[in-house]
Amino acid sequence: MSKRHVTTVINGEPTEFLCEPQLTLLDVLRDELHLTGSKEGCSSGDCGACSVTVDGRLVCSCLMLAVEAEGHKIETIEGMARGHELHPLQRKFLEHAALQCGFCTPGFLVAAKALLDRNPDPTETETRYWLAGNLCRCTGYDKIVHAVLDAAAEMRRK
Amino acid sequence: MVGYIAPSTVEEASRVLAGAAGSAKVLSGGTDLLVQLRSGRVNPDLIVDIKKIPGISGIRQQDGGFVIGAATSGAEIGECEPLKAAWPGIVEAANLIGSTQVQGRASLGGNLCNASPAADSVPALIAARAICVIAGPKGRREVPVERVATGPGRTSLGPGEFLLEFRLPKRPPRSSDAYLRFIPRTEMDIAVVGAGVSLTRDAAGVITDAHVALGAVAPTALLVPEAAKALIGRKLDETALNLLDKAAQNACKPIDDKRGTIAYRTKVAGVLARRTAAIAYQRAGERQ
Repeated sequence: MSKRHVTTVINGEPTEFLCEPQLTLLDVLRDELHLTGSKEGCSSGDCGACSVTVDGRLVCSCLMLAVEAEGHKIETIEGMARGHELHPLQRKFLEHAALQCGFCTPGFLVAAKALLDRNPDPTETETRYWLAGNLCRCTGYDKIVHAVLDAAAEMRRK
Repeated sequence: MVGYIAPSTVEEASRVLAGAAGSAKVLSGGTDLLVQLRSGRVNPDLIVDIKKIPGISGIRQQDGGFVIGAATSGAEIGECEPLKAAWPGIVEAANLIGSTQVQGRASLGGNLCNASPAADSVPALIAARAICVIAGPKGRREVPVERVATGPGRTSLGPGEFLLEFRLPKRPPRSSDAYLRFIPRTEMDIAVVGAGVSLTRDAAGVITDAHVALGAVAPTALLVPEAAKALIGRKLDETALNLLDKAAQNACKPIDDKRGTIAYRTKVAGVLARRTAAIAYQRAGERQ
């Protein structure tokens, strides 16, 4: 069985890659395309560290074959800042010290952005439920939730 | 190396499934299959991705009822307002599966065909009397949802067969449904017990039709006709609730495991059946 040729758009850039069919999207993002912001935590869809969006839909890139990306638009953490200008969520994570080791942070940011893209004014409860698929073993979540709500408030003012 | 094919027609999909050299697995959302592939629990020679088949994802209204494509994700189901209004129990059950990320991929068809006894959407679909349309080399056949899973991880699908869609009937007035599951926390866990109830009441509040299904208390989700009988012909009074509770408990054939003992699961099944029926009854009263 030969490698598959996949055509996709990643962070707005038309991207093609070759991959073996059993590789996950996460495998290809990290090892083939060197987009190492998406992290491998559990590889079973429990931790959310590999979160990306596919056609705007939040998913775990470890639970998707890379070949399934054919024809779809992928957004990863690498597409979040505009050059050196951080996304408000990224700035608020820094301001609120919403990270310690940082391993879960890209997944949280991608997931939080997907929330705010849908709902610019989420309640704390909505935010906590939305982010229930992202695990953080350092912060205790409070600072993360506050950072997301603060970013949402700032984005609504603009 | 495993093979991968994404057929663009129903016929091609059943042909490649039936003709695969070695074992073949159907890929829909992949949230169960990819975990099983990685752990080595399944080791197929061919993965058949059905998502390129037109109409296999999405919800459409037909003959007053609904057709839900097998590959429709939990997220899509949760965003379908007409379905939420008519079948809130199915929608709440499907939306309980996993995280936001899992909802983005996990499909209703996969939840059934993975054949976990604790699959959340299955009791709700059984109580709704949903029909599965199964495609295969000999054409299409229709079976009720409870006939698909035959035991943990096993289904009645034959070689080359796969689930195409679910059909939900038209609802009479004053009909609704509900699904509750019990887990020891608020989110992201596997059901200790799940209960689905769908019912219709008349203008006076008497239940004229009912279906009750239980999950995680037997090798497959169960349709419990005795529990439905407890409801029909009564308002949802203490007698009806007590009989429902007892019938639900009697139907249980659970296992002891880390999530619950046999005695605990059995008791919870009765309590959940009561609570679920109360929600379905209330909702049905609001659906003139």
